Amino acid sequence: MSPAENKPRRDGASARRTRLRHLLQGWLAHHRLSAADSLARVLDHPFSSALTWLVLGIALALPAALTVALDNARALSDRWDSPAQLSLFLSGSVSADEAQALQAALRQREDIEQVVFVSRDAALAEFSALSGFADVLDTLERNPLPDVLLVTPLPGSDAVAALYAELKDDPRIAEVVLDMAWLERLNTLMQLSRRVVLALGSVLVAGVVLILGNTIRLAIESRREEIVVIKLVGGSNAFVRRPFLYTGLWYGVGGGAFAALLVAAALWFLGGPVTRLAELYQSNFRLGGLGIMGSLNLVLIGGLLGLAGAWLAVARHLRLIAPR
Amino acid sequence: MITFDRVSKRYAEGHEALSEISVDIRQDEMVFLTGHSGAGKSTLLRLIMLIERPTRGQVIVDGVNLAKVGERGIPRHRRNIGVVFQNHQLLFDRNVFDNVALPLVIAGYEHREIGRRVRAALDKVGLLSKERALPVTLSGGEQQRVGIARAVVARPRILLADEPTGNLDPLLSAEIMQLFEAFSQVGVTVLIASHDLALISRLRHRILTLRNGRLVGAGS
Repeated sequence: MSPAENKPRRDGASARRTRLRHLLQGWLAHHRLSAADSLARVLDHPFSSALTWLVLGIALALPAALTVALDNARALSDRWDSPAQLSLFLSGSVSADEAQALQAALRQREDIEQVVFVSRDAALAEFSALSGFADVLDTLERNPLPDVLLVTPLPGSDAVAALYAELKDDPRIAEVVLDMAWLERLNTLMQLSRRVVLALGSVLVAGVVLILGNTIRLAIESRREEIVVIKLVGGSNAFVRRPFLYTGLWYGVGGGAFAALLVAAALWFLGGPVTRLAELYQSNFRLGGLGIMGSLNLVLIGGLLGLAGAWLAVARHLRLIAPR
Repeated sequence: MITFDRVSKRYAEGHEALSEISVDIRQDEMVFLTGHSGAGKSTLLRLIMLIERPTRGQVIVDGVNLAKVGERGIPRHRRNIGVVFQNHQLLFDRNVFDNVALPLVIAGYEHREIGRRVRAALDKVGLLSKERALPVTLSGGEQQRVGIARAVVARPRILLADEPTGNLDPLLSAEIMQLFEAFSQVGVTVLIASHDLALISRLRHRILTLRNGRLVGAGS
């Protein structure tokens, strides 16, 4: 190709690049303009905007607060998780020697940390000393208590369950008592609560989206004539949509911020009494909050829900507004 | 520049607004479209702007067959056409500058360029001093001139006007028409719908007359 042919083509390409750059700049400029204009409109009506923020804030604060409560409950229950113990009540037919042999065998196992043998005589002595029924117990003809092996497994609840299943079937052992049952109940209850929070959260989140959708619908209605004019002079759907999406974003972000504030206020309100209560139980437990990241997440979620609600409203209503 | 080839427009309720319209408007022309109200003037303009589509026939604008322009192409098509409305269609919560700037903002012009072009357009219609004014504070004639400035600010190749002098007194109307002639002289195709026969017959341009949706005495 000769240079003469080449030159205009290069100019064409660079003109196209310049045009693209201009389009991009214009697009960015309109985003800036839409964002600023939408924010100005939201702030122009401080009372009604604050009301919308508050409604969204409350709707978002409820699931957020429940999540925080669950996190605290889990933090509390984790402290009770480790000292699980198996009490092996040996059959009456098992002699002291056999019991010693079983203890030695269990000690060899890798998933067991400690095995303590409590003979029936020692148990009776301890019981009579602690219970204050010594006189009554003395009248018994024979010791009703069995020999007991107290087994402390290595931490990790899987090992405990497996150990329980294995020892339960040992003929030398009359009964295995696992002190985990109530913990399992607690864990199941926690799982149930998480489900409830999830369900409640989903409903409230749907509510947030619908509230925002309606707010944006009203905003669209009030600017119907403007939309018609913009469409008449060549504004695309994306152009018309943009300011409303930003309006939704600002409402959502404000609602998320309000929610974070509400949760923080509730924690501040409850923090003192909870700490005092924990001290009465000799615990150094402190109520945990959302934290900075959690609060930012809440604001982010609010913003995303705002966008979603606005998108919903815009998709439904903007198409119907056309020049007549 | 604008070609109608046997175009008919029938509305859903059976009323035929335009029948078998064929007309050709050249690029450097300024053409009046007249006829009693309901004769189809507005419908014809709406077909050019793609607010409506013909039932039969083809409309070709600036070499583009409008039947081939899809819904997504409509905004781009409208950006090539400046339109002046009888009721101005101004945004009353924005000042004159922002109203005129709207087509440029839509087209994505950069800030400085917008300022330059808006002032040039306002200067042309003699409203440079009112750029910060709100439309409600302007007279009817001034509002119409804001509408014209907005129509021409993006330098479209075609300028349409629907009864641009409808609410104005004869003196103001004549001034507005002079503005349109000025744009025609710099190569803009101008099509003006008007029923003010006294005014348009004084100006020496082609006149298309619509009667019951049909073109009579096609051009002079």
